[in-house]
Amino acid sequence: MKKMITFTINGELRSVEVEPNDILLHILRDKLGVTSPKIGCERGDCGTCTILLNGKSVRSCLMLAVEADGQEIITVEGLSDDGLTPLQDAFIKHNSFQCGFCAPGMILAATELLEKNPHPTKGEVKEAIAGNLCRCTGYEPIIEAVLDVSSQSN
Amino acid sequence: MAIAHEFEYFKPESLEEAVKLKARYGDRARLLAGGTDLIVKINDELESPEAVIDLKGIKEMKRLEFKDGRLFIGPLVTFSELIDSPEVREKFPLFIEAAETVASGSIRNRATLVGNICSAVPSLDSGTPLLTYEAEVIARGEDGERTIPIAEWFVGPKKNALKEGEIVVGVSIPEPPKKHGGCYVKLGRYRGEDLAQVGVGILALEGNEYRVAFCAVGPIASRADKIEKLLQGKKLDNGLIEEAIKLVPEEIAPIDDIRATGEYRMHMAGVMLGRGLRAAVARLNGQGPEYGISVI
Ligand code: FES
Ligand code: FES
Repeated sequence: MKKMITFTINGELRSVEVEPNDILLHILRDKLGVTSPKIGCERGDCGTCTILLNGKSVRSCLMLAVEADGQEIITVEGLSDDGLTPLQDAFIKHNSFQCGFCAPGMILAATELLEKNPHPTKGEVKEAIAGNLCRCTGYEPIIEAVLDVSSQSN
Repeated sequence: MAIAHEFEYFKPESLEEAVKLKARYGDRARLLAGGTDLIVKINDELESPEAVIDLKGIKEMKRLEFKDGRLFIGPLVTFSELIDSPEVREKFPLFIEAAETVASGSIRNRATLVGNICSAVPSLDSGTPLLTYEAEVIARGEDGERTIPIAEWFVGPKKNALKEGEIVVGVSIPEPPKKHGGCYVKLGRYRGEDLAQVGVGILALEGNEYRVAFCAVGPIASRADKIEKLLQGKKLDNGLIEEAIKLVPEEIAPIDDIRATGEYRMHMAGVMLGRGLRAAVARLNGQGPEYGISVI
C-alpha cells in the first residue's frame, strides 16, 4: 500500500509517495533527484550511500523510505549554503578522491566526526571512515584532508 | 527500485499495539528497529515477512537508564547511544569495549543491541559482555512478560529463545557486585569493520573471581565454565594462564569457514584468552592498556 511521507532534505521539506518496500537510497536518487549518495554494494558494506539522518551518518541502502518520514536528511548537496565546506576544500587540496565514487560518503562520515570531535587523532579518523571503502586513493589522502581541517580549526 | 519482496508496513505507537500485531502475524511478521540486518535479509530473500512492524514509533522502547544497580536497554537503543553514554562506560567498560568493535560508525548509529542479540549470529560482539555481566532479556507476549537469563537466550546459530508472538522489550544488566576489570579481545582479518573470527570476553572481579565467555568459536556465544572453575579464587600468574589455555579445546568447537580455519581459531582463542586475562586483571588494578586498545 502506497504511503505519503514528508521529510526535510537539505533544508527543504519534500513529500513523496512510496511503497513499504522502497529503499530510501533509490527514492532519494530516482524520485527526488538527490544523486550524491551512490549505489554501491546495497548491503551496508561500502558506505557510499551514506547520508546524515538527524545529524548522524547512516546507510541509506539499509533504510526503508518510509522510515525517513518526519526526519531530517542532509547529503553533500546540502552541507553548506555558500560554496564548499573547509573539509570539501581540503579534499580537493589533498587529491582525496580520484573516481570520486566514495567521496560523498567519506565527506559525510568525516563531517560527522569533526562535528563531534574537532581534533581527532589519526586513529580516530581511520575509525570514523572504517566503514567507507575507497578503491582508488589508498585512504592516506583522505585522512590527511581530515587532519588538515582539524589542525586549522581551533 | 524497491526490494523485490512485498510486505505490509506497520508503525504502532504503543507496546500493546505492537504485541497485538505480533500475535496476529506470529512468525509471518518481522520487527524492525535499526534494520541493518533485516533489510539485507529481506533483500537476499532469506526472510520474506508478510508484515514488517517498525518499533520506532514506541517511545518507551528508546529507554536507556541506570537505576537501582541495573542498566536497562530498550530495543531501540543503538550501539552509538550506548558508546556515548558516560554512565554505561563507567559502570560497564567491557560492554563498551565490545560495542566499539561492532561494524562501523554509520552502522552503529542505526544498529541496536537488542537487534544484535535477536539476530543471534555466533560471532556477535555483544554476546560475551552480556554473558559475563549476566544480563537478562525481558520478553513480552499476549500472555504477559517473562525474563530469560542471557545464558539461556542463545539456542543455536541465529536462533534465540523467543517464542512465537513474543517481543523483546528490553535487556537488563546488573552492575557486578564488586569492582571489576574487563577485556574484550576480537580477532578480525584486518582492523576496521569485520566480523569476529574469534571473540573472548573476560571479567575479572575483586577477590580473584573470573568470568570468561567466547563467541564465533561454536554454534552460540557461551560462558567457559571449566576455565572459570579452574581460575576461581586463584591469583593470576603465568602457570595458571597456561593451565587455562590447555582447557580451551574442551570449551569451544570452532569450524572452518570463509573467514578462518578451525585450527587457527583454536590456537588464537588460547592466545587471546591469556592476553585478555592479563589485561582484565591489570585493568582491575588500575593498570594495563586503556579500554579500547586491542591486546592482539
Ligand atoms: S550501497 Fe549502502 S553501504 Fe554500500
Ligand atoms: S576515489 Fe574512487 S573509490 Fe574512492
